[in-house]
Amino acid sequence: MDLLEYQGKQLFAKHGVSVPDGRHAATVDDAVKAADEIGYPCVVKAQVAIGKRGKAGGIKIAKNADEARAHSEAILGMDIRGFTVHDLWIEGASEIDAEFYASIILDRGEKKLLAMLSRMGGMDVEEMAERDPEALVKQHIEPGDDLDPEAAREIAREAQIDDDVVDGVAEMLVKLAEVSATEDATLIEINPLIVTSDREVIALDAKVTIDGNSLFRHEDLAEIRDRSAEDPQERMAKEKGLTYVKLDGNIGILANGAGLCMSTLDVVAQAGGDPANFLDAGGGSKAEAIVNALEVITSDEKVTAILFNIFGGITRCDEIANGIVEASDQIDIGVPLVVRLDGTNSEEGLEILAGADLDNLHQEKTMLGSAEKVVELA
Amino acid sequence: MSIVVGEDTKLVVSGLTGREGSFHGLRNRDYGTDLVAGVTPGKGGQDVDGVPVFDSIRESVDERGANTSMIFVPARFAAAAIEEAIDAGVETVIAITEGIPVLDMMRVYWKAREQGVRLIGPNCPGVLSPGKANVGIIPAQFFDKGSIGVVSKSGTLTYQIGNELKQAGLGNSSIVGIGGDPIVGSDFIDVLKLFEADDETELIVMVGEIGGDAEERAAEFIAESVSKPVVAYIAGFTAPPGKQMGHAGAIISGSSGTAQAKKDALEAKDVRVGASPTETAQLAVETLGAKA
Repeated sequence: MDLLEYQGKQLFAKHGVSVPDGRHAATVDDAVKAADEIGYPCVVKAQVAIGKRGKAGGIKIAKNADEARAHSEAILGMDIRGFTVHDLWIEGASEIDAEFYASIILDRGEKKLLAMLSRMGGMDVEEMAERDPEALVKQHIEPGDDLDPEAAREIAREAQIDDDVVDGVAEMLVKLAEVSATEDATLIEINPLIVTSDREVIALDAKVTIDGNSLFRHEDLAEIRDRSAEDPQERMAKEKGLTYVKLDGNIGILANGAGLCMSTLDVVAQAGGDPANFLDAGGGSKAEAIVNALEVITSDEKVTAILFNIFGGITRCDEIANGIVEASDQIDIGVPLVVRLDGTNSEEGLEILAGADLDNLHQEKTMLGSAEKVVELA
Repeated sequence: MSIVVGEDTKLVVSGLTGREGSFHGLRNRDYGTDLVAGVTPGKGGQDVDGVPVFDSIRESVDERGANTSMIFVPARFAAAAIEEAIDAGVETVIAITEGIPVLDMMRVYWKAREQGVRLIGPNCPGVLSPGKANVGIIPAQFFDKGSIGVVSKSGTLTYQIGNELKQAGLGNSSIVGIGGDPIVGSDFIDVLKLFEADDETELIVMVGEIGGDAEERAAEFIAESVSKPVVAYIAGFTAPPGKQMGHAGAIISGSSGTAQAKKDALEAKDVRVGASPTETAQLAVETLGAKA
C-alpha cells in the first residue's frame, strides 16, 4: 500500500523525523484556513500517488491568502497523469541550502533492508545512478538489528555530506530505519532530504510503501483509504474481495491463480488481443465468486469479449460452470464469453455448460485455442 | 531419489485441526505421504482421523519422529509457527500460508539459514514427488513419475505445464512450488542445486514471474553450476509497472523486475524460454528428445 506524501509525513512525525509544519485539506476553504495558520509563504501540494507533481503544476507557492485560494482552486480536482487530486497538503515553505536523497528499502535479493544516501537530491534515483554512481552510498542493515548510529554517520561521511550536518543526516537515517522496522514499511524514500538555511535537516518529501500483509497489526494505517484503487472497477472488486487489476484493453480475463492469470494475459496479447484486466478468482473458487467477478468485468464498458481460463486443481470446474450459469441468470453478460475448463471435474463442468445452452458461450479445449477464439470475437 | 520430500518424509502438519489443514493433510496421507502428527496448541491428545495431535512441534519430533513440517496456520501466527518448527529440529519446513508480513519472513529466512533448516514457501503450493510423497496442495493427478524437475513461483501455472508434460508422456521427479512472496525460504538457485544433484532428474523446468531478480540470479547460477538442461517460462509480459499482480512479490518496481529483463537474462545464458506454458512443455519434450 503506497501512502500519499502527507500520510507518510504524518507517520514520520510520529517517529520524530523532522518534517515541515503542514496541514491536510480536502476543500479550498480548509486549504486557505490551513495556509493562514501556517503563515506565508507556504506551499500548496497536490496529494496523488504519482511522481513529478511539480512539473504537472500540482505544487505551487502561495505568498498570501489570495494566492493560497487561487492555487487550491486550480489544483483540487486537477488530473495528474490519470490521478484526480482529492487532497491537498499545505506546508510552510523551506529555504533550501542543499538537497540530498535518502531511502530505506527492502532488498528482496539480499533479504535485508538497505539504507541509501546521496548528496545529489531532487532528481530521480536512476538519473542519479547514471550521472554519478559513486555518489549513491548503499549499506545493508543486519536483520533484527537497528541501524547503528556510528554506521549511519559513516554512510553520511562516505556520501560526502557537509560536516556540520553529518550528525543530523545520520540521525535521520537511524529514525527512518526504525520507521521501516516498526511500521512494516518496505520502501521509504525522501527526495529531497533538505538542509535549510538554518542548517536543519528536514524531510521535504515522503514516499512510503507499507506491506499490505502487515495491516492487521497497524490499525491506524489500515484505516487509510487506499487511493491507488480509485478506478471504479478496482474499487468494486476490492469491495467484493477479488484480486483485480484494471488494464487498458477490451478483453475481460478471469483465471484461477495469479501465475496462470498473468500467463493468460500474455497469451491473449500474443494472439493479437488487448486484455482489459487481471482477475485472479483464487484457489477453491465457488459459484458466488464467479458471479461477483463477472459483475466487475462486465461493468467495464470497454469490454467486448470475456475469457475464462480455468485449470482446476483445488478449484473444481463444476463450481465454476455453476457460477457462470448463475451469473447469466442474474446479470446481462451481453458479450461473447469464451470458456476453457481443464483439470479437476472439467467434464462435469463442460456438461453443466452444455446443458445450460447459453447464448454467446464458446467452449475451447486449450489455453492457446481459447486465447485465439476470444481475440477473434472481441 | 527426488528432492525435498520423498519416501523418508515423516510429516507433521501445524494447523491439522483447521478446515484447510485437515483437508489437505489427509489428502497428502491418502496419496501415500507418511503423516505422523498434527500440531495445534491446546489440542494435544486429540486426533484427526487417527492422526495424533500434539501441543507442540517438538513433541511430534520426539514422539513420532517427524522430520518435515507443513505450516497451515493463519498468516498472523504463521511466522511464529515456522520459527517453532525450526527450533523443534525438523529438517524441512513447507509453509503454505499466504499473507505473512514480509519483514517477519526476512527474520525467519535468516533463522532457517543459520540453523540449517530447509524452508520452502510461504505462499506456495508445496512439494510433490510423484509416487513418493505429496506435501501441500498440489493436485497429484496431473503429474506422473518421471525425470523432469519443476521449480515454480506459481501453483496453477505449474499444474498447467505439468498436465501438458503428462499429455506428452513425460513425468516428474519432483515439483517444487517456491512461492510468490517477495522473500521466500528457498529461491530458484537453492532448488536448482538440489535438482542438479538428483540422479532422477534429467531436465529442469523453471517457472518464474515478474518482480525481484530471482530469475536473473538463477540465470547466472545456471551458466556457472548447472550441467542439466533447463527450460524456462516467465509470466507477466503484459503487467503494468507498480501494480501487484495477485502474488505479493509479483510487482514491477520502476523499470526492474520485468518479464522481458528476466527472459533476456535467461536467454543470454542459453536457457530456452517458452512463449506460453504449452510451448514451454514442448521445449522440454524437444530438449529431452534431442538428448536421448
